[in-house]
Amino acid sequence: MIPLASIIDAFVGAFDFILHQREAVTGGVQVGGPEYIWTFARTQLEVSAVALAGALAVALPVGLVLGHIGKGEFFAVGFGNAGRAVPEIAVVFLLASLIGIGLGNVALALGILGLPPILTNTFVAMRQVDRTTVDAAEGMGMRPWEVILRVELPLAAPTIMAGIRTAAINIFATATIASFVGLSTLGDFITNRSVYGDDGVLAGAIVIAVLAGLIELTLAGVQWLVTPRGVKLQRVTRSA
Amino acid sequence: MRGLRVRAAFLLLVAAALAVTIAACGGGDDDTTTTGASGDTDNRIASNPDNGKVTLTIGSKNFTEEYILGEIYAQGLEAAGYNVKTKLNLGSETIAKKAIEDGEISGYPEYTSTALGSFFSVPADQIPANAEEAYAQAKTELAKDGLVAYPPTPFADSNAVGTLTSTADKLGLTDISDLEGQSEDLVLAGSPECRERIDCLVGLEKNYGLQFKKFTPVDIGLRYTVLDKGDADLSIVFTSDAQLANSDKYVVLEDDKGLIPSGNVIFIASKKVADDAGPDFGDTIEKVQGNLTLPVIQELNARVDIDKDKPADVAHDYLQQSGYIK
Amino acid sequence: MIPLAAKGVLLADAANKCAPGLPADFCQKHEVTGCVGGNGLFCFDWAADNFDRYVGPFFRHLEIVAISVVAGFVIAVALALLSHRHRALAPPILGGTGVLYTIPSVAFFFLLLPITGFGLATAVIPLSAYTLQIIYRNTLVGLANVPPDAKDAGRGMGMSERQLLWRVELPLATPEIIAGLRIATVSTVAIASLAFLAGAGGLGQPLIEQVSFNTNIILVGVLTMAMALVLDLLLVLAQRFVTPWRRVRAG
Repeated sequence: MIPLASIIDAFVGAFDFILHQREAVTGGVQVGGPEYIWTFARTQLEVSAVALAGALAVALPVGLVLGHIGKGEFFAVGFGNAGRAVPEIAVVFLLASLIGIGLGNVALALGILGLPPILTNTFVAMRQVDRTTVDAAEGMGMRPWEVILRVELPLAAPTIMAGIRTAAINIFATATIASFVGLSTLGDFITNRSVYGDDGVLAGAIVIAVLAGLIELTLAGVQWLVTPRGVKLQRVTRSA
Repeated sequence: MRGLRVRAAFLLLVAAALAVTIAACGGGDDDTTTTGASGDTDNRIASNPDNGKVTLTIGSKNFTEEYILGEIYAQGLEAAGYNVKTKLNLGSETIAKKAIEDGEISGYPEYTSTALGSFFSVPADQIPANAEEAYAQAKTELAKDGLVAYPPTPFADSNAVGTLTSTADKLGLTDISDLEGQSEDLVLAGSPECRERIDCLVGLEKNYGLQFKKFTPVDIGLRYTVLDKGDADLSIVFTSDAQLANSDKYVVLEDDKGLIPSGNVIFIASKKVADDAGPDFGDTIEKVQGNLTLPVIQELNARVDIDKDKPADVAHDYLQQSGYIK
Repeated sequence: MIPLAAKGVLLADAANKCAPGLPADFCQKHEVTGCVGGNGLFCFDWAADNFDRYVGPFFRHLEIVAISVVAGFVIAVALALLSHRHRALAPPILGGTGVLYTIPSVAFFFLLLPITGFGLATAVIPLSAYTLQIIYRNTLVGLANVPPDAKDAGRGMGMSERQLLWRVELPLATPEIIAGLRIATVSTVAIASLAFLAGAGGLGQPLIEQVSFNTNIILVGVLTMAMALVLDLLLVLAQRFVTPWRRVRAG
């Protein structure tokens, strides 16, 4: 087993890389430090946000509608299963080859990876909404879009959020390899040991893991927030 | 847990069935344009049965030229009677050097400029431009780490600033210095590590005084794609690339200040392995690389990068047509 | 100065004669038109001729997936059995496996490189770690969902706790466990396409070797997904075989 001392050493070195600038292993330029690392982190967060927004804009409405009318289960669920099998690196490079590189194209590739969990979870969540509640709403004369938005969606929200969480983490994790196709993300530190040194590699991994954890926690918090259902139901009955 | 055992057996059965099907469906060898061997028979590598006791593992880094070189050395050593395995996927020179030191590979082909710059932190402007000098310096330094280096190949390879010929004509670019005053509007593409390397972007900024509109990191496999697609105006390419010689489409800007080090290839090996392998080891290595002039390596690169042939086949043809093997 | 190839010198001209500098009979024409040279969307001829290049990586990929999933399964089920007995273990284990899952694969591979070297181990360890959470959670849920009546019946027949576990609880939990195993397997097949970064090979290796060649990328993608599909189907069949009284859960 690796001696504890060298593990501690490695982490100390990584934190030093995060906190202070130092010369690159190949010499001649300063790397490291919070601002330096932040430029890479910000790019990764930006492209992830754009990709997630795009995936939401496409998958959410489709999932809501299909879930509401109850059709297309094979597609929605199958798409989710198939989506898990897609090798992200192939999608990224294929799009780079066909369309080109840069923020838009990378966001597109990542967005495609975010579609399956959102679509599947939204569909399944909608199907799991208690039919009597939906019937009651329709009986009160609500139109389909009203039923979806004011009755089904709030009840389905927790499961949908779980899908969004999965999509967000997948997208953020895959954005690590975006530096192969034109975007400088935290993956740079990890894959370029010859420039950033062992400290840089570990620092990159730490920052990515911490940010991923923060995203996960934030979205888990959002999921918790959308969970209380009583409030939503009250709003619906009052407006009838 | 009977169910589990059955399931495992199932999986194994189907995996085996899959294996048989795929093996049966596997295509035949692709067409290799083998003309008659042009070399005379005394150029041929002699198979020495004593070498059969030695097992070698030849490594290479993860791009076309390295795959070809790795295969050339591996097949040459095989012809000399050694048992040869290959490990042609080492992600970087750091990984490769560690692999030799850990005994995972016997050796691999490296560029003198990379060895001096990466392993021994020699500043880019102090790397000797002369092939023999660079080799001598690398050899001395490597010896301190218990590694042996063999004499260099005829061809040298280096980073270069490449662009579309149309771009060069439009902007009047022949030398890198011509970029002065224009580079602020141009996008440069290079490998991710290029951004912080003194023999790459940092050197261009500091020593040529150039500022670029943007630096776009890309996998080196995309270095020409970014020019084709217009995602970058300039791209870091390699002087031995096939694409440079195969068409008029691309051109390379001259390094007029002589700041980008060029490297011939030297085969680096563990001294212990080399000693144990006997004299045929070094002799074979030096022999098979004898014909690797710049046009030849470009031709070989073209076969892999443009024709999409297998590096192993390309290496085989090279060895055959140079008369080293039958 | 570095001698560069003269600008525009063709290795072989239109008449297929060799350019100066090459040994006679050495050059060949390099087409930049046509499917392969022009990077068409998918070159069937090339794919058929060169399919054998993917066979080795395919089976290597399968090997990586198999080892990772089996290792992850064994560890996760063991942990779940432990947590089934001692409930208090569940939250920390769930949390721990969750943390492992958050570490992006690229980071995990490169972190292990100095420790476990460039090869199979560096790929298998992270891949197994990723399977832990889903298999652990599903196993635990599956065991928890065993109807109390079934357990009472078992106890009534004089089964010990251990016999109860192996003869009643686990078989009843099997669909849930296999559901988790399916997800874990399919995900592992996809993530293993990055295993080449760890030096373990797999289908990612041919991908990175010709990274701008569409046919290559598509072949790797299709083969990866086909492997995932087949493994998933196998697990579905296995579940039908083992628990024929239960419908297979979707997803």
